[in-house]
Amino acid sequence: MKKTYKIEVDCANCANKMEDAAKKTVGVRNAVVNFMTQKMIVEFEDGQEINAVMKKVRENCKKVEDDCEIYL
Amino acid sequence: MSKKQKKMLTRIIIAAVMMIGLNFVPVDGIVRFGLYLVPYLIIGYDILKKAFKGILNRQVFDENFLMAVATLGAIAVAIYENGDYTEAIAVMLFYQIGEFFQSYAVGKSRKNISDLMDIRPDYANIERNGSLEKVDPDEVEIGTVIVVQPGEKVPIDGIVVEGNSSLNTSALTGESLPREVNLGEEVISGCINMTGVLKIQTTKEFGESTVSKILELVENSSSRKSRSEDFISKFAKYYTPAVCYSAVALAVLPPLVRMFGMGLSPDWSIWIYRALTFLVISCPCALVISIPLSFFAGIGGASKEGILVKGSNYLETLSKTKYVVFDKTGTLTQGVFEVNGIHHNKIKNEELLEYAALAESASSHPISKSLQRAYGKELDRSRVSDIKEISGNGVIANVDGHIVAAGNNKLMKHLNISYIDCHSVGTIIHMAIDGTYAGHIVISDVIKPHSKDAITALKQAGVEKTVMLTGDTKKVANQVAGELGIDTVYSELLPGDKVSKVEELLEEKTKRSKLAFVGDGINDAPVLSRADIGIAMGAMGSDAAIEAADVVLMDDDPMKIAKAIKISRKCIRIVYQNIVFALGIKLICLVLGAIGIANMWLAIFADVGVMIIAILNAIRALFVKRL
Repeated sequence: MKKTYKIEVDCANCANKMEDAAKKTVGVRNAVVNFMTQKMIVEFEDGQEINAVMKKVRENCKKVEDDCEIYL
Repeated sequence: MSKKQKKMLTRIIIAAVMMIGLNFVPVDGIVRFGLYLVPYLIIGYDILKKAFKGILNRQVFDENFLMAVATLGAIAVAIYENGDYTEAIAVMLFYQIGEFFQSYAVGKSRKNISDLMDIRPDYANIERNGSLEKVDPDEVEIGTVIVVQPGEKVPIDGIVVEGNSSLNTSALTGESLPREVNLGEEVISGCINMTGVLKIQTTKEFGESTVSKILELVENSSSRKSRSEDFISKFAKYYTPAVCYSAVALAVLPPLVRMFGMGLSPDWSIWIYRALTFLVISCPCALVISIPLSFFAGIGGASKEGILVKGSNYLETLSKTKYVVFDKTGTLTQGVFEVNGIHHNKIKNEELLEYAALAESASSHPISKSLQRAYGKELDRSRVSDIKEISGNGVIANVDGHIVAAGNNKLMKHLNISYIDCHSVGTIIHMAIDGTYAGHIVISDVIKPHSKDAITALKQAGVEKTVMLTGDTKKVANQVAGELGIDTVYSELLPGDKVSKVEELLEEKTKRSKLAFVGDGINDAPVLSRADIGIAMGAMGSDAAIEAADVVLMDDDPMKIAKAIKISRKCIRIVYQNIVFALGIKLICLVLGAIGIANMWLAIFADVGVMIIAILNAIRALFVKRL
C-alpha cells in the first residue's frame, strides 16, 4: 500500500532527514521524500492502520525538523 | 515571494542597516554589547530557537545548532578580545541571505519547471440542452461527447465525431508543427485545439487518459533517486558530524600541545576562533540542494522536448549508454508498408495499381491496404467479381471482365505464367492479366526520414555500438542496416529471441557501459524491461509503452534518442561539477581555516557563495533546446 502526501519543508537536507525519520517509523516499509515536488511517498507494511502510522510519521518528522508540515 | 520570504527579506535589510550603522556609534563596554545584540537577535532569533529545540529533540548536528554555536562563540571571543561583534552578526546575516536565496531560487525554479509540465486540463465542455457546460474531467464517462473550442486543451482521449482542426501537440511532443485531425481520427488529451471546434467522443476515463498518465509519470520521476543523490545524502550524514568533531579537536588539541609540549602560551582564543570557522563551513546545504535540483531541471528540460524520463536514476544510466539496440519495425522504419516501385509493366503504372487494388479489395491484409492507399481513389467494388483467394499465394479475380491474378511467385508458377524476378527488397506482387505477365509491384516498409541522421548523431554522442533486432528476413534486415550504417544485425528473430539476444549483448559489454533498447512499445515490453534502460518511442496514446519503458519518447522521431543521451550527459556533468566544486571549495576553506588564513568572513562567503553558484549551475540543466 503506497500513498502520496503533500509536505512543506524549506531545505533539502531537512527533507533528507524527514525521509530518514519516516523510514524509521514503525509500520512504514519505505518512504521517499521528494524535495522538488514537495511530496512524500509512503509505503506501508501490510495490515497497518494508515492514519495512525502517518500521525506517528508526522510526529517523528517534527522531531528532526521543527519547521516542516505533512498534510494528512 | 511568499509571506515567509518577505518577512525574511525585511529582517535581512533591517539587520544589515543596523550592523553598518552601529559602526559609526562610538560606545564601549556593556552598552556597545547591548546595541550590537539587537541586530544579532533580529536576524538570528529563529536560528537560536530552532537550535534550542533541536537540542531538546537530540538533533545536535543540524545547521541551526552549528550556526548558533559559531556565532555565539564569535561573540564570546569578541567580548574577551576586542569588542568586534560585527563578525558574528555578519555570519548570521549571510547565512540567512543564503537560506533566503535558496528558498527563493528553488521555489522559483520549481514553479518554472512545474509550469512547463503543466498540461493538466481544468475542465471538459459538455453540451446540455443546447448550451455548453463546464464539468470536472474526472466526472466524464466513457462515450460522452465533449466539445473542445479553439484555444482549449483536449481534456480526455477520444475520437473526433464532428469538425476538423489542427492541434498543437508541442506540450506533449516538443514538436511545434501542428497536427491536422479530421472526422473519425483519434485525438490525445493534452494537445491544444487551435483552429476549429471539435466534438470528441471519449474513449477513456480522465484518469486513464494520456495526459493523466504523463502527469503521474513526470510528478513521480524525481522520486526515483539516482546514485549521486544517495551518495550526497549519505555524505551529508557523515560530513557535518566529522567537521564538528574536528572543530572540537582544533579548539582543544593545538593549545594543549603548545602549552605542555612546546612550553608556549596556549592562545586559546585564536584556536577557538578557528574552530568556530570550521562550524560555519560544516553546513552541507549547497551540495544537498544542488544535486536534486540539477536532476529535476534535467528531467524538466527533457520533458519540454517530448522526452519523458521516469527517474533521476534513469537519467544517470542513460548518460552511460554505449550500446544502443533497436527494434526495426516501427522504430527505424515507419512500420507502414508502402508501394515502393512498379517494374516491367506493359500497361501504365496507375492502371496496374488499379487492377491490383481492385483484385485485393476484399482483403484486409496490410499489403492490400497499402495497395489501396497507393491507388488513392475510391474503389468501385462492383467492378470486381469471382474473387478467389489462394491462401499463401495471392488472389485471382474478375475485374472489368479481365481475369486478374495478383500474388507471389508461387501463384505465377501455379498458373504457369513466366515471371521476372525482382532485385528490390520487400514483398513482390506479380501481376498477370488474362494469362499474360503484366509486371510486378514492390511493397516495402519505409525507413523513417531521420533514422540515418539519428544513427550518425548517436555515434557522435559517443555510442560505441548500434545493433538492430528484427523478425524480418535477412535480406530486408541487411539492406536496412546497410543503408542506416548500423553495426550489427540479427534477423529472423522470434519475440523470445530478442530477449536472449539482448541478454547476450549485456554479457558482452563492460560493466560500466550501459545498454539501451529502443522499441515502439508494442510486443517488446519484455525486452524493454530486460535492457539497462528501455526507451519506448511514438508513445502518444500507448499505455503499454509508458508502463514498460524507463524513458518515453512522445513522438516517433529517432533523433530524440541521441538528444535524450545528450541531455542526460549534460545533466550528469552539471551534477559532477557541483559535487567537485562544492566539496573542493569547502575542503580548501577548511584547510585555510585550520592554519589561520581564512577567517569567518571567508568561511561564510564560501558557504553561501558556493550554494548560490551551485544552484545557478543546476538550473543550467533546464536549457536543452540546442543540444
